[in-house]
Amino acid sequence: MKKEPIIHVKNASKSYPIAGKEFMALKQINLSLNKGEFAGIVGPSGSGKTTLLNIIGSLDKPTQGDTFVLNKNIKTLSHKEAASLRNYNIGFIFQVFNLLPVYTVYENVEFALLLQNNSAKKRRESVMKALNWVGLTDHADKRPDKLSGGESQRVAIARAMVKTPKIVLADEPTANLDSENAHEILKTMKKLNQELGTTFLFSTHDEKVMGYLDRIIHLRDGKIEKDEL
Amino acid sequence: MNLELKLAFKNLFGARLRTLLNVLVLSFSFVVIILLNSIMDGWDQQAQKDSIEWEFGNGHLINEKFDPLDPFTILDGHGKIPEEVSGTTPILDRQASIYPQGRMISVILKGISSEQEILKLPTNRLEESKEEFPVIIGKRLAESTKLNKGDRVQVRWRDSKGTYDANILTIVEVFDSNVPNIDNGKIWIDIKKLWEMTNLENEASYFIADDKFINPELVSWNFKSQFTLLKSLKDLINQKKTGNSIIYSLLLAIALLAIFDTQILSIFRRQKEIGTYIALGMTRFRVVRLFTIEGSVYSILALIVGSFYGIPFFIYMSKAGFPIPPADQKMGIALADVIYPVYGIKLILMTILTVFISATIVSYLPARKIAKLNPVLALKGKKQ
Repeated sequence: MKKEPIIHVKNASKSYPIAGKEFMALKQINLSLNKGEFAGIVGPSGSGKTTLLNIIGSLDKPTQGDTFVLNKNIKTLSHKEAASLRNYNIGFIFQVFNLLPVYTVYENVEFALLLQNNSAKKRRESVMKALNWVGLTDHADKRPDKLSGGESQRVAIARAMVKTPKIVLADEPTANLDSENAHEILKTMKKLNQELGTTFLFSTHDEKVMGYLDRIIHLRDGKIEKDEL
Repeated sequence: MNLELKLAFKNLFGARLRTLLNVLVLSFSFVVIILLNSIMDGWDQQAQKDSIEWEFGNGHLINEKFDPLDPFTILDGHGKIPEEVSGTTPILDRQASIYPQGRMISVILKGISSEQEILKLPTNRLEESKEEFPVIIGKRLAESTKLNKGDRVQVRWRDSKGTYDANILTIVEVFDSNVPNIDNGKIWIDIKKLWEMTNLENEASYFIADDKFINPELVSWNFKSQFTLLKSLKDLINQKKTGNSIIYSLLLAIALLAIFDTQILSIFRRQKEIGTYIALGMTRFRVVRLFTIEGSVYSILALIVGSFYGIPFFIYMSKAGFPIPPADQKMGIALADVIYPVYGIKLILMTILTVFISATIVSYLPARKIAKLNPVLALKGKKQ
């Protein structure tokens, strides 16, 4: 099968002004990810993992270089185009779940589909399917404050997957979970990767996660140190 | 827009106490604005109706030398009743003095046809009376002169040649009118009797037109329409309305300040939520719109909550009315003992629009900040 590049980072650098000086978070990063990869960016805190993930997720832009996601240059996208890219093609999973507190589990998962203006019937089918993937159909009417950490993260996975995006970006998804829940979450994501062909890109320094990854990209001080398959 | 509206309702219902407090304050503004304005409108309508019925009729045809606001014109401000004039009641004004309990009080003797039906003045009592000089007076003059129905009082006047004459008037009726202009210092007498007293046969200072009156465009007589005569009253009420608008503007400002503060606090506290909306694919413009709509929804909820206690209160007020203290009724303007509020569709719609638009504006102002937020920092919940 021909490998289809889905993410292509070309000489991307990112700097921030900190205390009057420019801090280089990313330095001349070159990286390509193909469709269906289950990869992780691994490195210590401050190595630039989240920054790289945010740029790929079109939440941020590189200071120099280019980042192509689904053949779209993140650097030149308008706010509206970037929002559309995230809405239809990118799912996010965050370390602290970022569930919307006043919505039920069902409504949290449905949210992404509401933005796509899908019909009520299609939304219902998709939400129930996504909740089924993560084993939370019985919790559909609960609010996030009634869920455990593992359950919350599974809702976040369902929310990211419900729109069947091409890419899922997971920023330290197991950092707030115990070992058992972390393994459950990773198994779920691996299963979805295999069944749906969704590209997963993690940022992590959790060794449990590394065990599941097909590809590990080591990042240190804003540079790719090693890229292991 | 539909989505933002749904989300706004959901977010506000989720916020519970904060929403309840804002909605209660805003609903109170709604009710007070409508009540104050409806009282003013009620007064406006009552005052206009009373002024037309008791004083203005369908307009005044006034002798060119007579100015109702200038007592110096009373002496010469009259003329022969023109033959062309029909559909009117002539009024002749003459200065006089009465002496109730030995005090001298300056009054205006107002001659009017006892058969007239244009004004609500009980002039038929003048015709029915067997007294030599029957007169009717208003309750204000009766109060200030301590005169009652059936009392007699000495009067002194001058005839057309300037000769003083005097006689005894009998109060045959004390009428109750909300229009002080026809009451304070005014004594109403049959015009034929006044013609005899003053030797001004067939003369009038002005005419009160009825609804069939057609202005004959006479040289010495100027017609002032009902609209012109009511203008000063309307101006006064509008001035009062402006004064009242300051009160409810302050009240509205307090309610809007509460919404403004809530919005500022919301944007400050809900940064992670804002970041999540953007990460999930909402444009910044839509997030700004969501927060703005949340502010507007306060006004919708306030309208609903305000209706619950406001409508019964308004119905009660429309029946019980708003009592006016006696002191206020001596202000010299048409003012009833009780003002009944009038709730017009225009008033209610304007109030709803005012509150809705102002709530939307004060919500939009802080929400604009969202467009400048860095979504990466917002996702981390870092204050910006």
